Amino acid sequence: MTDFADGVAPAVNSGAADAAAGALSDARFAADHFALFGLARDFRIDTAALERNYRALQAQTHPDRFVTAGDSERRRALQWATRVNEAYETLKKPLSRARYLLAELGGESDFVRNNALPTDFLVAQMELRETVADAVAARQVETLESLRDERALALRAGYEALAAILAAAAAVADSQRTTPLAQAADAIRRLMFEEKLLADIDDALAALDE
Amino acid sequence: MAYSVKVLEHYENPRNVGSFGKEEEGVATGMVGAPACGDVMKLQIKVGKDGIIEDARFKTYGCGSAIASSSLVTEWVKGKTLDQALEIRNTQIAEELALPPVKIHCSILAEDAIKAAVADFRKKKPE
Repeated sequence: MTDFADGVAPAVNSGAADAAAGALSDARFAADHFALFGLARDFRIDTAALERNYRALQAQTHPDRFVTAGDSERRRALQWATRVNEAYETLKKPLSRARYLLAELGGESDFVRNNALPTDFLVAQMELRETVADAVAARQVETLESLRDERALALRAGYEALAAILAAAAAVADSQRTTPLAQAADAIRRLMFEEKLLADIDDALAALDE
Repeated sequence: MAYSVKVLEHYENPRNVGSFGKEEEGVATGMVGAPACGDVMKLQIKVGKDGIIEDARFKTYGCGSAIASSSLVTEWVKGKTLDQALEIRNTQIAEELALPPVKIHCSILAEDAIKAAVADFRKKKPE
């Protein structure tokens, strides 16, 4: 799985990185996923801090620690563990992180039904999939590998552009966010196709390798 | 995931796969995509001078349900006028193929593909 966060300079704000050791307060439970892990609410995250704070919170809330605790405390720990896992899973992958942040900023969050995709983009996606299918049929591993590298670069560039759009959206007042949020939703929609394409190429390569 | 018998039947024997030649008369194309699953669907209709859809072709990159939905739609639109084709609802597709709730979006995609193809035809031949 391609992770945009790999190789990206960590966020400057890692001073809050050790917030995970803090108390399991109700306020923290209700905070957004970024704040839960002591991260700034930004698409570019310090992945090392996320990992570190996730492990710390996981250790704090692990059911094994509450074996002898009372019912309500055990239930609370379970709720926390669930909350922490869900937040971590959402922030870990760039695509789900972007979708979450978009929704947090007040943007579109339904990607199931939307045809606001230009025909030229869809035609290009169709052609890329035809290229993959043809290469698989002809067992052209090198073609697939170079296509994978090309699409991985495109994916990375797409996430870079998305990071800038989301940062721009976050920097302005709610009333001025309409345009950047629409741009972000459009970028995310395209990236969803690119992620699927890359996953398909990886699957095809794995299948040819067997 | 267990596919219904009808989905499997269309998946294993898809009807009308492919494309019409670029030079063919009365051909219109609908391209749609579903971001949630990364599916891409192309539906082509060939409309006769009498305004009836004579033939249809599809090409879909997606799951079995998406392929079955588009395959079914190519059969259903044949012999229909454009307005009749637009009456095809995703619920009918989902019912015919016994799609589970998580696959309803595949039938929505197929319905949208019909709309896109008809819109493309009308754009080319405004009447």
